Amino acid sequence: MLYAILCYHDEDLVGSWTREQDAAVMQKLAVVQDKLAKQGRLGPVARLLPTTSATTLRKEDPPLVLDGPYAETKEQLLGFYVVDCKNLDEALDVARDLGAANPGGAYEIRPVGVLNPGSVSA
Amino acid sequence: MTDTAWIDAALTSARPQAVGALLRYFRDLDTAEEAFQNACLRALKSWPQNGPPRDPAAWLIMAGRNVGIDEVRRHRKQEPLPEDEAISDLDDAEDALAERLDGSHYRDDILRLLFICCHPDLPGTQQIALALRIVSGLTVKQIARAFLVTEAAMEQRITRAKARVADAGVAFETPGAVERIERLSVVAAMIYLIFNEGYSASGDTFEARAPLCEEAIRLARLLLRLFQSEPEIMGLTALLLLQHARSAARFDADGALVLLDDQDRSLWNQKMIAEGLALIDKAMRHRQSGPYQVQAAIAALHARAEKPEDTDWTQIDLLYGALEIMQPSPVVTLNRAVAVSKVRGAQAALEMIEPLGPRLSNYFHFFGVRGAFLMQLDRNEEARVAFDRAIALANTSAEAAHIRMHLDRLMRDSAPPGTKASKK
Repeated sequence: MLYAILCYHDEDLVGSWTREQDAAVMQKLAVVQDKLAKQGRLGPVARLLPTTSATTLRKEDPPLVLDGPYAETKEQLLGFYVVDCKNLDEALDVARDLGAANPGGAYEIRPVGVLNPGSVSA
Repeated sequence: MTDTAWIDAALTSARPQAVGALLRYFRDLDTAEEAFQNACLRALKSWPQNGPPRDPAAWLIMAGRNVGIDEVRRHRKQEPLPEDEAISDLDDAEDALAERLDGSHYRDDILRLLFICCHPDLPGTQQIALALRIVSGLTVKQIARAFLVTEAAMEQRITRAKARVADAGVAFETPGAVERIERLSVVAAMIYLIFNEGYSASGDTFEARAPLCEEAIRLARLLLRLFQSEPEIMGLTALLLLQHARSAARFDADGALVLLDDQDRSLWNQKMIAEGLALIDKAMRHRQSGPYQVQAAIAALHARAEKPEDTDWTQIDLLYGALEIMQPSPVVTLNRAVAVSKVRGAQAALEMIEPLGPRLSNYFHFFGVRGAFLMQLDRNEEARVAFDRAIALANTSAEAAHIRMHLDRLMRDSAPPGTKASKK
């Protein structure tokens, strides 16, 4: 079963990390990802640019284009992973490992219904 | 990341909102700052034990209000305060209370906090110092280092600036739409000033001053989060990101300035460039052009060129033309002339800047650019005079070194054939 792990965190807080702090977190996350990749369980991973760069299209008629992210929340969607796990427990274990590398905020774990891996290269 | 590092980042990110809200309650900058400091001390004690609060800013605002309760009593408009113990509780009721206290105001709180640092009586350097101290929470020592002055001198500068702001009084009522836009533009100018203070560093001081660029970007993003549909704030943020993206390529190993054409473009930060370009895209949709957007668009054309010869100078010339109309200034014309020299040649560019002479007679870049045009036209003697003047006006050793490089080339080129070997 594929699970999406959606990463929510306080964007201002993440933006206040020093360059060294940011690099340290990324390095720790890379270790967790490497382990999953070696097991052939790691799907697409994305870190999104800040929500200030987001635009929202509301599907009204005609569609309405708004500046900013869709949801105004205390924590913002900052990225996601797709991971192959046997069950929810395993997905939670992955999320715990990621969380230990990057404390604060929350992960939303959602089973993937359809995944089209697409063909763009990073 | 260690706990303390995490807490430091949380306190830094909560600071503008918390100090802004406390300023609204206490109506006095020193009291608000002191209350925030005390709240931070409590956080440092409580957070490692109880875990971090879900909303650090709300926690700090309430703790700050409680600590400063005696101050609050002397002021009007009290709201009932939560019990002291409630502060360490992290349940949603507390969050909801803080939300009610602040939700509707925090945008104007942060803007007000930034705005009071921009008092028109304060010279630019004092505005920046005050903002870095109060809004960003940099220590006096850090600010002094970035400004290359002693800690005592910086302390004095900030104290003076604070006194002047206190005398001037601050409007605490919620601003109207027009006033809000005015405040926003004053604050944007101040953020740009902070960035330039860092960006104008030379190779040997860049390390010390680069944090100013990063702080300016953080403040610009903060402002954009609060005012998501302002194209000029998008433009400002994009401009800072696109400029800062080049920082790793701007100085060589010896600290000498590397001009855009000669920079190693593989050192440019592609993530910052992507964010800058995305923001310009968003801004353009609004079809309300402004100086920051135009400058960001110019920076974007440079960022998009993989090689210097790919640069779209025709478009850059047009954009500078637009900027000249919005913001007439000899410096803008001088910049435009560089684009003109690429499109129509050095003669046309030289004619364009000749009238600027009287107004830019003490401006380093004027003589550097003029010398370069003259050199391209093989008017070497005149070029040498311009370069000599530029060196006399150089603000940093890197600028002087760069001009000296031109002079050396002139010397080599003007030596008669066959004598080059004997010349040193």
